[in-house]
Amino acid sequence: MEHAEMLPRDRAVQLIDADGTVVADETYAMPSIETLLAAYRGLVDGRRINDQAGALVRQGRLAVYPSSHGQEACQIGAALAIAAEDWLFPTYRDSVAVIARGVAPAEAMVLLKGDWHSGYDVRAHRVAPQATPLATQLLHAVGFAYAAKQRGEDTVVIALCGDGATSEGDFHEAMNFAAVFHVPVVFFVQNNEFAISVPLSRQTAAPSLAHKAIGYGMPGQRVDGNDVAAVLSVLGEAVDRARSGGGPTLVEAHTYRMQAHTNADDDTRYREREEVRAWVTRDPLTRLRTHLTGVGALTAELEAEYAAGAERIAAAMREALNTDTDIDPEDLFRFVTETRSPQREEQWQMLRGEIERTRAADAEETAHATTGGSR
Amino acid sequence: MTIAHEDVRVDERPSHVSTMSMAAALNLALADAIQADPDVVIFGEDVGALGGVFRITDGLTARFGEDRCFDTPLAESGIVGTAVGMAMNGMRPIVELQFDAFALPAFEQVVSHVAKLGNRTRGAVRMPLVIRIPFGGGIGGVEHHCDSSEAYYAHTPGLTVVSPSTPQDAYSLLRAAIASPDPVIFLEPKKLYWTKGEVDTSVTAEIGTARIARDGTDVTLLAYGAAVPLALEAAEVAASEGRSVQVVDVRSLSPFDDSTVTAAVRTTGRAVVIAEAPGYASVASEIQARVFERCFEYLEAPVRRVTGFDTPFAPPKLEHWYLPDVDRILDAIDSLHWEDES
Repeated sequence: MEHAEMLPRDRAVQLIDADGTVVADETYAMPSIETLLAAYRGLVDGRRINDQAGALVRQGRLAVYPSSHGQEACQIGAALAIAAEDWLFPTYRDSVAVIARGVAPAEAMVLLKGDWHSGYDVRAHRVAPQATPLATQLLHAVGFAYAAKQRGEDTVVIALCGDGATSEGDFHEAMNFAAVFHVPVVFFVQNNEFAISVPLSRQTAAPSLAHKAIGYGMPGQRVDGNDVAAVLSVLGEAVDRARSGGGPTLVEAHTYRMQAHTNADDDTRYREREEVRAWVTRDPLTRLRTHLTGVGALTAELEAEYAAGAERIAAAMREALNTDTDIDPEDLFRFVTETRSPQREEQWQMLRGEIERTRAADAEETAHATTGGSR
Repeated sequence: MTIAHEDVRVDERPSHVSTMSMAAALNLALADAIQADPDVVIFGEDVGALGGVFRITDGLTARFGEDRCFDTPLAESGIVGTAVGMAMNGMRPIVELQFDAFALPAFEQVVSHVAKLGNRTRGAVRMPLVIRIPFGGGIGGVEHHCDSSEAYYAHTPGLTVVSPSTPQDAYSLLRAAIASPDPVIFLEPKKLYWTKGEVDTSVTAEIGTARIARDGTDVTLLAYGAAVPLALEAAEVAASEGRSVQVVDVRSLSPFDDSTVTAAVRTTGRAVVIAEAPGYASVASEIQARVFERCFEYLEAPVRRVTGFDTPFAPPKLEHWYLPDVDRILDAIDSLHWEDES
């Protein structure tokens, strides 16, 4: 590839503008109507998942939820751009992408509910555990893709991160290793303008995050992250290149985190309301609905069907999260290593004794109360 | 100090016996592991054509090809982070981090992922990888080349931490580390790389076990890595002065062999822990605490420690003052409330 071809465009690739109007592009093809309908359905589900999770946090059923409200086109685009045999390496903000890969919402929420550190079958869904330490998972994606390539498999790995993560050393090391070893990885950066409170201008002085790619010798491209058609097309091209032995690509999506970092954050301290409101007009659902309705593909019946599907997901989330799971405290010791060390066994025996005494005391108290003998 | 008392020969592995350096024993273990398991891959900085700065991977790329042993970009977090991904996808990576202090850029990957992924995924994703780190001083190295970082790793649940002190253990423990389903931090005492001993390739060493390096009845010296030959030397001098000194090579820093160590100290009633890392909040202090907790009624004297000072590692010209030596160990033994003293 010529060096100039590695540079991103001056403007983000866009196939459907904020008004729902098609933008002609010589390189990137518009996905089929079937694909766009599937994507739209994903967006409806994703928005509902984000809103439902937010409500569950307010009700105290989730410990915390980093919302991808406003970034659903990136979430759904990432999940739909890869094939069933490919792998997704997500972060904590990518629950919608994880669910779009087929993970049950209840399993995707295990981390945030506080039952365990991850709750889904990584191998069954080909989704790595959601990573919390920034950019660390990008290296895992590279190593995973290296192993697949060595075995002659045509697996592609898509690795997600945000704009803040591009400042981390592991971002640099992952990009560099991926390019040097020419592995089939697509790095997909959701540039949502903020790392908690710190704006993009404090993360980089580069012309764009996608411009970083040429420094590693790989192509970079920027895409309108609120245009799922463009996201699918740009990621699709990168995935195809990776699968055919063309090596890694960096894709930067321009999007916006419509809500605070998490429920624990107060975004009025660092950004103006007008700025947030301006992004409402660029909403990923609205423009695709306008487009698909305009071409006659999205009927009122389909809209109702999609909305009902999203409601079923929300109901499943409420049901799962309003049910307290019976968590075995011995799990603390069960998985640390394949074989439990004598020290951990000793510690578990101590805890087991504490639990048994606590339960016995509780039972005695209950019995006492029911016989009316409490003083 | 050649073949361990409790270690056994196994029929599965062919027995080749020869005398070699610890470096050669490690090289042999890597070569044998490559041949025994197609999933084993070795990578790191300078491990290819050069054979590593200590020549531990000497000839492996030439013999087995770039697919099995290869150089990476100079980036330790990258090395360990990609090893995590490779282990997730069926490989058994063995990575070399060139010097103890240069392992630190990988610390986040080690602590947040290598150590925790098995737990995070409820055992579904194991991390069968080995991180080899040359460690410790005694070689006249300049700053950043002589650190003892074992406490950082031993403090982290999920990591296995071992260190050999003989060529036999170098071979057997490295094979055990490579075969382990869990991640192993394999600390190679640089000072001992060129010491020679007999190696029998059929001998296995079980992770989590200590090794009685010398029998004795009056006092137990507990040591690991480069401190073990030092302890044996001190034991020899003490023997000439009429004291029978037992030496235990604890070799598995995590998990720790409480049962062997406890039984040993209960027999002698006196103990000195020897390690060259700074003593504060160290593996030596953990061993000391464990011995106190388990042997208190059997002790004739407080358990003593001989460790490095709580200073950054000494520059080469002050190294001999910094490192534990035979005299310091003998002084510690002398302070253990002997009845023959008045």
